[in-house]
Amino acid sequence: MKKSAIIFTSVTVCIMVALLIGIILIEPQAESDINESMQDAVLHENDKIDFFGIPVNPGFISAVTTTLILVVFAALVRIFAIPRFKMKPGKFQLLLETLVNFFDSLAKQNSPHKNGFLGAYIFAAGCYIFVSTLLELIGLQWTSIAGESVSLGAPLADINGAIALGCLSYLIILSGGISSNGFVGVGRTLKEFSLPISMSFRLFGALLSGLLVTELVYHFLALSFVLPVVVGVLFTLLHAVIQSYVLVMLTSLFYGEVSEPGIKKEKKIKSKRGVAVAEK
Amino acid sequence: MPLNIDWRQILLHLFNFCILAIALYFLLYKPVKNFMAKRSARYEEEAAESAKLKAEAEELKKQYSDKLTNADAEIEAKRSEALHELHDYREKLVSEAEQEAGEIVEKAKKDASRERKKIIDGAGKEIADMVGAAAEKVVLGSTADAYDAFLNAAEKSIEKEENEIK
Repeated sequence: MKKSAIIFTSVTVCIMVALLIGIILIEPQAESDINESMQDAVLHENDKIDFFGIPVNPGFISAVTTTLILVVFAALVRIFAIPRFKMKPGKFQLLLETLVNFFDSLAKQNSPHKNGFLGAYIFAAGCYIFVSTLLELIGLQWTSIAGESVSLGAPLADINGAIALGCLSYLIILSGGISSNGFVGVGRTLKEFSLPISMSFRLFGALLSGLLVTELVYHFLALSFVLPVVVGVLFTLLHAVIQSYVLVMLTSLFYGEVSEPGIKKEKKIKSKRGVAVAEK
Repeated sequence: MPLNIDWRQILLHLFNFCILAIALYFLLYKPVKNFMAKRSARYEEEAAESAKLKAEAEELKKQYSDKLTNADAEIEAKRSEALHELHDYREKLVSEAEQEAGEIVEKAKKDASRERKKIIDGAGKEIADMVGAAAEKVVLGSTADAYDAFLNAAEKSIEKEENEIK
């Protein structure tokens, strides 16, 4: 057996023993009510954070942090990476190109008639949902107005963030309908009046359920071994990917539907052509 | 509001997302897309150029192939023409040589005939002279002397004729 392997094994065993001793010796804290924890996770009544004088939910701070991270990353990429792009791409360039191409292709496939703005929107929305959901894994801490430490969760687990993104997606779909078909486009979009609610609450429900399950698992000591790896990490990763894809796909599908040129006009043109051919 | 929905926070979220979307569009999405479009355009241009060059090469190949196919027939025609010309030239040379040879033979015949006549004429006169001289010697001298004199005279006359011919 190698010397490094022996050292690694002894250190690991020491850490495990220390953890067990700690678990046995430390007195359990007074257990808070699980209902109260759940209610706080949903309503954020007791963990408001001061944002330039405005009391906001922790989700908004997460949203701002996500924006900062993404904007700084994008700026660094724009300044240092993009000018060095090569015709034969490297790994990082390939990653960026694949990402942009994925959203661009999705927009083109689902909305073949009008997709320039849609591609940019779903790229931003996809990146935002993915990164902000992953932010939950880091567990950034912030101080609430009450002076307590608050862990920053996913911004879309906050009902306000989910409603904002759902409604914005609906407005984007509406704008696609107006720019392509005018009044008919408005009609088509308004036909799907339940869309903003369904999109908002789908996001909210999906991400909140993940948060609640994690909260539930962490609440009990017996569930705090091994299980958080599956629940906390894997569920969060799955959420991040699935929710990004779902919102992006739904938005592009509905955008494509409302921006599709009218069928009646084509029929009229065809019938006119038919008449012209018959006259000849 | 139910579920603690706060319109001000919704607007804040919207404002935050708009900033993010604009920044991502200008910093990441648009530049990467532009680069990909440029590269795509360049590859399309190169593909079109190579297709054009290929078409030109195909055309050249076809032309050369046609030329090669026609070259055999052309070479055969030129060979046939050359053989024909060679045959004509040979015929011409042969006829000219035959004509010239005929003329030479004719001229030689004429010359020979004229010489013969001249020799015959000269020999007849000398024979007559020799006969006269021999008769004179027979009459005047012995027979043996006369005979020797006749042979000497004949020999002299033959030598003279040969010199004249030369």
